[in-house]
Amino acid sequence: MAVTNPKPDPLAARLAGLAMPDGGAWVQDARKGALDRLTVQGLPGRRDEYWQFTRPDSLNAPDPDAAGVFDAGGEAPVYGEIDRLKVVFVDGIFSAEESDPLALAGIEIERLAQAAASDIHWAQGFYGVLEERGQTPVARPFAALNTAFAGDGVVIRVTGKAAKPVNLIYRHENETSDALLHHVVKLEPGADLTLLENGPAAARFNKVMEVEVGDGAAFHHVRTQGRDHERQAVTHVFARLGAKAVFKSFTLTVNGLLTRNECVVELTGDDAVAHIAGAAMGDASACAFHHDDTVFVTHDAERCESRQVFKKVLRNGAVGTFQGKILVKQGAQKTDGYQKSQALLLDEDATFLAKPELEIYADDVICSHGSTSGAIDEEAMFYLRSRGVPEVLATDLLVLAFLADTIAEIEAPDIADDITSRLDAWLQRRRG
Amino acid sequence: MLKINNLHVKLEEEEKQILKGVDLEVPAGAVHAIMGPNGSGKSTLSYVLSGRDGYEVTEGGATLDGEDLLEMEPEERAAAGVFLAFQYPVEIPGVGNMTFLRTALNAQRKARGQEELSAADFLKLIREKAKALKIDADMLKRPVNVGFSGGEKKRNEILQMAMLEPKMCILDETDSGLDVDAMKLVSEGVNALRDEGRAFLVITHYQRLLDHIKPDVVHIMADGRIVKSGGPELALEVEHNGYADILAEQV
Repeated sequence: MAVTNPKPDPLAARLAGLAMPDGGAWVQDARKGALDRLTVQGLPGRRDEYWQFTRPDSLNAPDPDAAGVFDAGGEAPVYGEIDRLKVVFVDGIFSAEESDPLALAGIEIERLAQAAASDIHWAQGFYGVLEERGQTPVARPFAALNTAFAGDGVVIRVTGKAAKPVNLIYRHENETSDALLHHVVKLEPGADLTLLENGPAAARFNKVMEVEVGDGAAFHHVRTQGRDHERQAVTHVFARLGAKAVFKSFTLTVNGLLTRNECVVELTGDDAVAHIAGAAMGDASACAFHHDDTVFVTHDAERCESRQVFKKVLRNGAVGTFQGKILVKQGAQKTDGYQKSQALLLDEDATFLAKPELEIYADDVICSHGSTSGAIDEEAMFYLRSRGVPEVLATDLLVLAFLADTIAEIEAPDIADDITSRLDAWLQRRRG
Repeated sequence: MLKINNLHVKLEEEEKQILKGVDLEVPAGAVHAIMGPNGSGKSTLSYVLSGRDGYEVTEGGATLDGEDLLEMEPEERAAAGVFLAFQYPVEIPGVGNMTFLRTALNAQRKARGQEELSAADFLKLIREKAKALKIDADMLKRPVNVGFSGGEKKRNEILQMAMLEPKMCILDETDSGLDVDAMKLVSEGVNALRDEGRAFLVITHYQRLLDHIKPDVVHIMADGRIVKSGGPELALEVEHNGYADILAEQV
């Protein structure tokens, strides 16, 4: 009888090159717990319904594919005009040299590695906790992997109104870097923080951010991803909101071979508000573009409001996907939930795949979703051209108009203007 | 200025001939009106002249100052001086009225080799023009035509015309949906633009607009042709007797 080779274990291969970082007992417990979760879940496969639109192969592979370092030339940095506390990571490693001193009125901020080394730390009871909660009802193996193996990131405790935004800046220098970052943000009741993120982070990037928003606290998150073409990224935001808490998250994505952004939000206090928005622009003429927004909002309290506003502009073979769910638990009366996912397909090669879901167990709620994909409005196009606006410029005007209601989710006007000018510049470069 | 010669047009998608040999010449400084019953081809003529998709010219042509209009893209026609005031101005959510107008004006200037207008100069100009048309700052800030009343949309068309200063203005049923006061305001806007270097082609169903915008020549269009031309009195004749008599004469 022939001896068959044992079936190769993809998870073992994936983990072979990873080592659990050192740390105090509390963080090691959290990491081991995450590894146990991951072991039970295994890596996502092509048959997983949650991965039906996005192939996880390159994220599962033991080693990342090399990704060229993007040269932004002399362009002004994102958020450059905004007074902010800069925290820089290079290929997933904190750079004290390039960062501002980690001190800001209204917050306590430190490096994860430093917090993890302490025997007693406030982050105990938060690190990996929201991630674990977010694993049901849907498994998120890359988030568990992150909790188990991430050694760097920031932990931020917000005690009042942060004196200025905190900007996490990611820099990519090594063409084969495989970065894991894990951030924990805890907003005490009534606290207020704006968190900005930008920059190509690594060849392959896995990031988790856990955000606990206390009663009456407000968290504003604005992120730009790009413009590195060959990036492969999987990111998770896990948030839990107390009563009257506000959570607003906006992401602008341009370029990227593969980007999967998951956002898992739980409304656990009455009258909380969560808005999640995303604008993605993909042109796969030079390099493939695949962008996946996967969102799960759970209403578990009364009179909460949630909004999902996701828009994608796709051309030349670019692919956009959206999986969005609103779960309204029993007793979450007077829930107001809305979900919008739209794609503007600029040619016949672009693809948009969407799976909007509502699951409702309360009887007095307003919940709806709208998912559309379509081409440029011919009437609007002719109107603009008849006034002398050339077709290419008219297209860009209509693209900006299409994305406008995602940007409207950014509350700070100066940040919203900065984002609009990025979009504008991206379109202008394309026009040449 | 505008010369239309034996223009035959059919719908691109179907075998339906709409214009069946239109001949028309509008000289600089003149105001010509086209009247005619529904389905006579008036709006098609305006769309074909401004370059809308969906039509096929099967015979004849149209020139602006000797240049072949039909060969040009819509934006090239605009830069050459053609302006169509739409019967149904299009709403464009997300594009601010100011941004729209400034982009259009500067694109035209660029196409003509002129310098672009600075933000400050543009603002000064638009405020002045908007005031005359009773268009307030709020309307300028709002997205193009979104939430505008019928009258506001038409005033916005005339504002665009005033800003872009075209040579050849085509007004497609600009009076439709206007009350008496709005019609007066719009007409005043148009009349303020009348000068020796500019020509107008005013398309309308009714004579009443022509009380305000006095035409030099009135054409009656029916079944894809100009069937009768005359002075302003022709419009009054239509008003009193309808089109039936005129059309009967043709048979």
